[in-house]
Amino acid sequence: MNVLRPALVAGILLLAWAVLVRVTGIPPYILPSPEAVLVTLVQQAPLLAFHGVRTLLEMVLGFALGAVLGMGAALILAGFRTARRWLLPLLVISQAVPVFALAPVLVLWFGYGMASKVVMAGIVIFFPVTASFYDGLRRTTPGWLDLARVMGGSPWSQLRRIRLPAALPSLASGLRVAAAVAPIGAVLGEWVGASAGLGYLMLHANARVQTALMFAALTVLSLLSVTLYFVVDAVARRLLPWQPDQFPPDERT
Amino acid sequence: MMRPLFSRRENLSPIASVSDLVPVAVTVRDARLTYGGIPVFQDLDLRLAAGRWTCLLGPSGVGKTTLLRLIAGLSPAEPPTLIRADDGLPLDGRMAYMAQQDLLLPWLSVLDNAVLGDQLRHGTVNAARRERARTLLTAVGLGDRLGDRPDALSGGMRQRVALVRTLIEDRPLVLMDEPFSALDAVTRLRLQGLARHLLNGRTVLLVTHDPLEALRLGDAVHVLAGEPARLSPPIVPPGAPPRDPSNPVLLALQADLLQRLAE
Repeated sequence: MNVLRPALVAGILLLAWAVLVRVTGIPPYILPSPEAVLVTLVQQAPLLAFHGVRTLLEMVLGFALGAVLGMGAALILAGFRTARRWLLPLLVISQAVPVFALAPVLVLWFGYGMASKVVMAGIVIFFPVTASFYDGLRRTTPGWLDLARVMGGSPWSQLRRIRLPAALPSLASGLRVAAAVAPIGAVLGEWVGASAGLGYLMLHANARVQTALMFAALTVLSLLSVTLYFVVDAVARRLLPWQPDQFPPDERT
Repeated sequence: MMRPLFSRRENLSPIASVSDLVPVAVTVRDARLTYGGIPVFQDLDLRLAAGRWTCLLGPSGVGKTTLLRLIAGLSPAEPPTLIRADDGLPLDGRMAYMAQQDLLLPWLSVLDNAVLGDQLRHGTVNAARRERARTLLTAVGLGDRLGDRPDALSGGMRQRVALVRTLIEDRPLVLMDEPFSALDAVTRLRLQGLARHLLNGRTVLLVTHDPLEALRLGDAVHVLAGEPARLSPPIVPPGAPPRDPSNPVLLALQADLLQRLAE
């Protein structure tokens, strides 16, 4: 992975930000300079770490919850025709309900603690995982299944030995999307009602016009999200070396 | 690599004769296929003689693949189609299938692909079967590629793996749907010879649109053509297969068949 290019792009953007603040004279409570954010990052490191760990935990647990349930749902849908007929419409309709609208209810049910955030992140993650894994399970190369049928493989062994491994690249795509949206669920939950976490910290800082602290929290949140994404991506690539990849390794981000 | 193209006596006899299969004869009677209300074929009778290669030659879209799929149990048969083995026992579990695509699973090694049948049926592969796969793969020149994944192999190598996978199933009836048509000319000729050697003594239905392939390999060649399609009486090319494609009799027959396909 080439670090140089993204670092250069980030550097240029930071420079532009610094120049913008200088030239326009925007007051720091509207837009703090990058140096000010950096200073806050260092000074408030223990505070940011405390809330960051909390949010990271919610993200990871929510990811695990949503991914496991999503995979299970996809397998049930792929395995049972009855499940498809009864549950698939429900699944699609359920996505019409915005998580934003559900957040207050979830806080009411699961409390101000971590549980409501984990559930929220889990809900956000559940659908992309289910949808992509189920799609993968449906789109098995028909010839493979013909072969398996003539060979006398039971439906269960066809699912386990052919359809499931063939769907893993799709599952990996779903998990990547899930990793990218995991912070949304966690932070959203913290906004609605929490006593800790980066989302809570950001609201708190915002209300007190500690804009630099808000940006610092945002930076930490971004770092956590990016890290989660790259870990999931790396694991997926590691486990699926047979998956065709049109881009050469040095071009992968 | 300068192997002779049409050598008759490749030393494959020890592996080809491992099994003591009793070849099965199959009769298809009154086969019928309609597509969008229009009959593709009807009242079609076909007999696959025990231990013989029957080639079904026809242009694309004539229904020959569907006929093969009917026998394989992959497509539902329209009444009054009747497909039965002459010994009266069901065909399920007595067939092996080979298609135009090699259908190798990209996540399995060459060796694991070759023993896929056992893996699917029993969940495990015993040591004897694995050893047999190793022997067969070595015999077809893939001994040093056993651990490779299919995407590291050329098209011809992949189809050789598919051939070994078909062979290792040890089934008396082998259904082949244009198994060589995606290969280049030289590889195709080599693989035809190899397949004919390895699957000697089995009842084979080979579906193809290549007249020369049918004439090289078939003990009996049927032409399926027309609308609705009719099956020709069997053509029996002279000599023992795999036949030399430069044989003038074969070439004359090929010209004749091309004429009939074009009608």
